[in-house]
Amino acid sequence: MSELHQQLVQMVDKMPAFPGSVNRILQMTSSIDCAPKDLVQVIEHDPVMMAKILKLVNSAYFGLSREITSIKHGVVFVGLNTIKNLAISIATMGMLSKTGPAGLDMNSFLRHSLGTATVAKLLGKRLGVASDRATDYFVGGLLHDIGKVVFAQFMPQEMERALKRVEVENIPLPMAEMIEIGADHAQLGGMLVEKWQLPHALVTCIKEHHSQEWNDNTSEVLDCVVAANIIIKQIGFGCAGNLLEDRLPDHVAARFGMELAALRKSMGNLDEELEKANAFICI
Amino acid sequence: MLKFTFRGVRGSIASPGPNTVKYGGNTTCIEVRAGNELIILDAGTGIFPLSQTLSPEFPLTCHIFISHTHWDHIQGLPFFIPMFVSGNRVKIYGGQDPVTDKGVQEALSRQLEYAFFPIREAELSAELEYISLSENQVVNIGDAQVTSVLMNHPAINYGYKVTCGDKSLFFTGDHEWPPNIYQPDDDDYQLFEDHIAQKRKSIIDAVSGVDVLIIDTAYTDDEYPAKKGWGHGSFSSSIAMARDAGVKHCFFTHHEPTRSDRDLEKAFHAAMDKHPGQPGDPKFYLAQETFTFEL
Repeated sequence: MSELHQQLVQMVDKMPAFPGSVNRILQMTSSIDCAPKDLVQVIEHDPVMMAKILKLVNSAYFGLSREITSIKHGVVFVGLNTIKNLAISIATMGMLSKTGPAGLDMNSFLRHSLGTATVAKLLGKRLGVASDRATDYFVGGLLHDIGKVVFAQFMPQEMERALKRVEVENIPLPMAEMIEIGADHAQLGGMLVEKWQLPHALVTCIKEHHSQEWNDNTSEVLDCVVAANIIIKQIGFGCAGNLLEDRLPDHVAARFGMELAALRKSMGNLDEELEKANAFICI
Repeated sequence: MLKFTFRGVRGSIASPGPNTVKYGGNTTCIEVRAGNELIILDAGTGIFPLSQTLSPEFPLTCHIFISHTHWDHIQGLPFFIPMFVSGNRVKIYGGQDPVTDKGVQEALSRQLEYAFFPIREAELSAELEYISLSENQVVNIGDAQVTSVLMNHPAINYGYKVTCGDKSLFFTGDHEWPPNIYQPDDDDYQLFEDHIAQKRKSIIDAVSGVDVLIIDTAYTDDEYPAKKGWGHGSFSSSIAMARDAGVKHCFFTHHEPTRSDRDLEKAFHAAMDKHPGQPGDPKFYLAQETFTFEL
């Protein structure tokens, strides 16, 4: 894994972002009057842009004295124009194709990521998280599956075989990835963001969201992302290639004081919230 | 011993002429003498008149700290005469550009490309060294320490705190307190305000208690609303920062290139009238080319 990891770390620097946000960024920034809050909103809804910009603002040159967990914080910390130019430089790298070479539908993947982000943030608020921390829950949900995009982009044949195994053998995707690649997307994503010095809570969210040892390594934000991931798959909002799960891990259920069906029901109709996320899917 | 001399106080573009004779037309450069060390803050066109005074000190070692790489802060570098004379050592410090991932070396080497300048970097005779700084890095130079503080500008901009013994000064480079990108009725307005307050506190903490603050004061309060987001301060924001940081002396610099000596003084007096002196206030001054201040 370490050799594979090294190769992927180098390749990820060249990885483009999602088509919708690339188009929007290029279009918006061609005008000098581009509204900063609109630009921030687009970046916040693209896992690749988000991860790359958080990587830079948390790099050793800037991030030593504090952890930057959101684009808004990044804007205040390193300046709006720097964030804008980082986004432009990512946008000019090109864009991910709508159907990834591994057969992973990128629109569907993005929908799953945004849906998980939206629900994780709602769950965080429900647990009484202050609004400044709720953003971390959104980012945790947005980035939890970042390892899948990397596999799909740089190991398309292996990833395609792994996705096929899920379908044919009905096994969880991480297991299929272990067979075909020798590592799963959570491990890979976790290692990437750890190397990028992203905030610890975020690293844990990505690394541990499929872990079997949740009890020993849990946190509120991780539990919200785990629950959101399961809920959003049940709702069928997007798809990121994994199996449906029909129950929450025990300690997650304990945190919310209820099982999956009750939790989902108690959240009411999520259509309106998810519709906002839909607006950021491919144009 | 800590003393400094303004060698360039103008912002944006050099503006020589009869209307700027008193305060000067060169862009930003401050000569700092800390004990036996020569520290130069920014390399605008003001570094050229400074460099003409340095030959008695050859061979010399000097430390140039670049706040950021916008033209008015680097344009004098190719004309820094000590670089052409062997035996001299020139150390250039500055931030890393996160967009290009290039260090401060770019500021000089790109200006010395064939199309822009007849002499190539490789042909410079002095010993050159480039040091990319991270945020809050402390550089020890003889008895002095220089600390980088990340400010807010449309480029990565470090303010520098120079300490020597019990004396200290802080130079902001170019700086504007980050404006809120949200409207008061937006959901994210307060969250953004909190980030701004945190940033302000971290900068004020870094500046707190210095003897001298040299601060970007490009605009009058009337001009500022139309220039919001351009990355520069106003008389009112500078006065507030000097008071909050409890400094003893505050020099307004980065004068607008179109502002005549007379208009500059008018703007200064209007600001002083608007903010009447309070107990414990710093002394306020307009930065003036060739003016020397010893702490």
